[in-house]
Amino acid sequence: MTTKLFGEPVRRREDARLISGQGRYLDDLGPGALAAAFVRSPHAHARITHIDVDAALEVDGLVAIYTWEDLPAGVCEPLPLLIPHPALTHGRTAYPLARDVVRHVGEPIVMVVAKDRYVAEDVCSLIEVGYEFLKPVVGIEEAVSGAHLVHEDVPGNVGAHLVQEVPSADGRSAAEAIEAAPHTLSFRLDIERSACTPLEGKGVYARWDADDQSLRVYSSTQTSTSVRMALAAKLGLPLPKVEVIAPDVGGGFGVKIVHPWPEEVLVPWAARLLNQEVKWTEDRREHFISSAHERAQVQHVRVGFDDEGRVLGLSVEILHDHGAYTPYGIIVPIITSTQLLGPYRIGAYRVEFSSIYTNTVQVTPYRGAGRPQGVFCMERTMDKIAQHLGRDRADVRAANFIQPDQFPYDQGMIFQDGRPLIYDSGDYPESLRKLKDLIGWDDFPAQREAARAEGRRLGIGLGCYVEGTGVGPYEGGHIQITSDGRVHVSTGLTSQGQGHETVFAQIAATELGVPIERVSVVTGDTRRFGYAVGTFASRAAVMSGNAIALACRKVREKALRVAADALEADPRDLEITDGVVHVVGSPSASIPLATVAVLSNPLRYAFDEEAKRATQFAGAASMDRPPVAEGEEPGLEGKDYYSPIRSTFASGMHAAIVETDPDTAEIRILRYAVVHDCGKMINPMLVEGQIHGGVAQGVGGALYEKMVYDEHGQLLNASFMDFLMPYATEIPHIETDHLETPSPLNPLGIKGAGEAGVIPVSAVIAAAIEDAEGLPIDRMPISPSDLYAIRRTAGN
Amino acid sequence: MKPPPFDYHAPTSVREAVEVLAEVGAHGKVLAGGQSLIPLLNMRLAAPGHLVDINRVAGLGEIETDATGVRVGALARHAAVERSAAASLAQPLLGQALKQVAHSVIRNRGTVVGSLVHADPAAELPAVLALLGGSVRLASVSGEREVAAADFFTGPMESAIRTGELAVSAFFPAWDGGTAFVEVARRHGDYAMAGVAAAVRLDDDLRVTAARVACVSVGPAPVVVDITEACGNQSVASVDWGAVVAAVQERIEPEADIHATADYRRHLTGVLVERAVKAAADV
Repeated sequence: MTTKLFGEPVRRREDARLISGQGRYLDDLGPGALAAAFVRSPHAHARITHIDVDAALEVDGLVAIYTWEDLPAGVCEPLPLLIPHPALTHGRTAYPLARDVVRHVGEPIVMVVAKDRYVAEDVCSLIEVGYEFLKPVVGIEEAVSGAHLVHEDVPGNVGAHLVQEVPSADGRSAAEAIEAAPHTLSFRLDIERSACTPLEGKGVYARWDADDQSLRVYSSTQTSTSVRMALAAKLGLPLPKVEVIAPDVGGGFGVKIVHPWPEEVLVPWAARLLNQEVKWTEDRREHFISSAHERAQVQHVRVGFDDEGRVLGLSVEILHDHGAYTPYGIIVPIITSTQLLGPYRIGAYRVEFSSIYTNTVQVTPYRGAGRPQGVFCMERTMDKIAQHLGRDRADVRAANFIQPDQFPYDQGMIFQDGRPLIYDSGDYPESLRKLKDLIGWDDFPAQREAARAEGRRLGIGLGCYVEGTGVGPYEGGHIQITSDGRVHVSTGLTSQGQGHETVFAQIAATELGVPIERVSVVTGDTRRFGYAVGTFASRAAVMSGNAIALACRKVREKALRVAADALEADPRDLEITDGVVHVVGSPSASIPLATVAVLSNPLRYAFDEEAKRATQFAGAASMDRPPVAEGEEPGLEGKDYYSPIRSTFASGMHAAIVETDPDTAEIRILRYAVVHDCGKMINPMLVEGQIHGGVAQGVGGALYEKMVYDEHGQLLNASFMDFLMPYATEIPHIETDHLETPSPLNPLGIKGAGEAGVIPVSAVIAAAIEDAEGLPIDRMPISPSDLYAIRRTAGN
Repeated sequence: MKPPPFDYHAPTSVREAVEVLAEVGAHGKVLAGGQSLIPLLNMRLAAPGHLVDINRVAGLGEIETDATGVRVGALARHAAVERSAAASLAQPLLGQALKQVAHSVIRNRGTVVGSLVHADPAAELPAVLALLGGSVRLASVSGEREVAAADFFTGPMESAIRTGELAVSAFFPAWDGGTAFVEVARRHGDYAMAGVAAAVRLDDDLRVTAARVACVSVGPAPVVVDITEACGNQSVASVDWGAVVAAVQERIEPEADIHATADYRRHLTGVLVERAVKAAADV
């Protein structure tokens, strides 16, 4: 019987629990806890003149009301700027409760703790906050004019400005290369705001143990270890006295990697102060107006190219709307700037971005994290080149591809991990060939003409991307095989539904030769694993997957050593199958891993029958060395870390066929095809699931979702009634094909897959609509009303 | 997202319900399916002092059908009316419209009469009632009155219902011709950016002898337009659609919102008028 499960479409082990109501999400915990609620700013930009709580004090069930002035040192400081960068010269973060000025609708001002959430919200409604209005800065154009400032001490509203330039092989700058090129084009592109919108919002539940002087915090987070360190620092607690656990988390998509959120600091602080359990569960409106958004950029592009469509020089200026604060640094525009290059060899490249403050919700990474914008820019550029030259759009891309024999390929830039942007492996021509086959690229023109003859408008588009995944610095894995033969796997990063319980168990079962049923996986619990970074950047499988494999190999080696002693065999002659160590070619000479676990831990006391075998008079031990030999440890246990030299680069290509209604301007996706390469697949079914979810979010971003602010900085669609997350009915069937180009950078040869699906969708849909309509589509998302307006402007 | 405090009443008869409503006056709000009211309460956009839950009131769930039309009781859920073969036979437009009302989970709780009383100009059922010339029956401590659709919808989210009154049923008259309901929404089940209900009657030579449409999302209330004259006594194939569309477009007052411009809604309504009338004539 084989236990080789790596690469198999094993069904998700967590689903039975999650789809039958057995999941334990944040709000399922602590049913008796006090509830927190927040008075949040209804204004986009204002100075707080006074806070009057008198009317609220009489409410039955009120426990406490806190404003900034009540916060002690540490807690009252601005929240951390998590990722500093030399170009972020004017980084700003919010106070956990507004100190004097509020800079977006939704910023927390007063914290209320009451016996339940109903009472807490009643209290909030009775607290009066006085405001002196300041001019709200909304929209990139208004912000860059610098007429009004979001932060008084940030001139021009520019938080960061970064130029990166990669000259051509013959030493030309992008400007020179464009100038000298046979063809040039200039244009502007726009991407609007969207957001992660996980179905479960944020949430924090804290218990202070006064006897033990310790704090336990549950948070719906993507990084429990880092929340723990932040809390210990903010609250002045010894690290060993703080435990942070991510329970089942109902989606993150990036927003929950930001930390500590104001509530993540305030709720544990209040729990300790009040010596009572306190919980805060974010509601949907709060999530819309006080978490984080992403995507909004304006891009000015200049490109020079030759007759084949080869890009000789590319210059992109990006205005990145960063909202009111920059807690996550400038990761998003850095990723846009670098990943814009995609699978292409560009002659010379110059990219410049300005990160602009506006009086809107802060911008932090959302699945794709700046890549959808970069890919939109590059793929629209490729389409415009093809159109200009009258060449096939796929051929223009192929003319620019990095070739399979050119890896590792150095793009000459610095990536988001601070390391060189060097692609490790890939086969872009083969991906394109597969994609063209899958969608029927070459046959489509005939199809389009036939439809046209019936009065129907069909169009096709494609888009390519490269995604740096598995960024460092590290993750770890811990394996313990207990004397019942069970394998306990833990890793510090967290899960938000990806299927880690399944894929990490597949890796452990394969490495150790045990049935997967005996493997259990724990993630995101600092009691089990204290050192970790977090779940983001499509890194969990690459980072923790490899760390777990390495830890398993250590444990396996030890198991074979202990078993070799017991079997009086050479460890090199042993293998583990179905949880039993046996001599190769001699199945009767065997010992179960459970027994090996017993023998690995020399005992003085026998607490059960099994344990007797490891006690001092059982006669199993050699008299020539100590019971625990030098360099050994008791127990069948091992830990290891994986820390990559740099990121590994996954890639993919999507194509879509859309139909636009000539009368109503409705846009329908008829077919959607994906070719995806994430190196060796641990579980192809889960990879497909990730792609499906990503494409669905991408379709949302292309056709439905946008944050609509008015000129006063009010978010007009802060609910799922008006923020149009697509339903299953809006998502086409997704056809997939895979390519496996192993990464040479890690032992398992894998690359990340989490974000991939979302990345090129806006570019692909825009291209397909453009093809159907014969009109340029330079702004996404696009609605039927938008398309109608474009047609009218074009006189169509 | 928790409602402010309110007093809860659970009457078991219409008599009891209207007595409570009379007593609490303007502070009372009736809860039936709750598909609009509960979100309004949770978002604290509405804060009635008294909630009068009529779900235990006997006799309000009936769907009565005869040759003259369909009478729908105040507790009849969308789903029940949608699934009623008798109702669909007597007035097919009900089923044609209900299919497009939100999603099945909402239709399982939401009520037809509740939708009428909510009087959202983007909703399907007010347009159906208005197109067919139906009526709503209102009860109060001083008795019952029947209000015609034309008088019932007085503005966006506003109806002729008075303080202390309970809508106990609505009547959808039969129509001896064809009907259709077409709409375009952003997502499946969303409120329509524009939608048109049509009722058409043809003579034996398939010429249009009567036609009218009701348009949603393009005015403060459903806009009913009689287009019989504009159809010019022609067969559907020969109708001058430009004239028909112009006749409708001159009556509607679309406004822009975050999902569609006024221009687009006007254009879309025109497209849907032609589609709806053709679909209705096909029956």
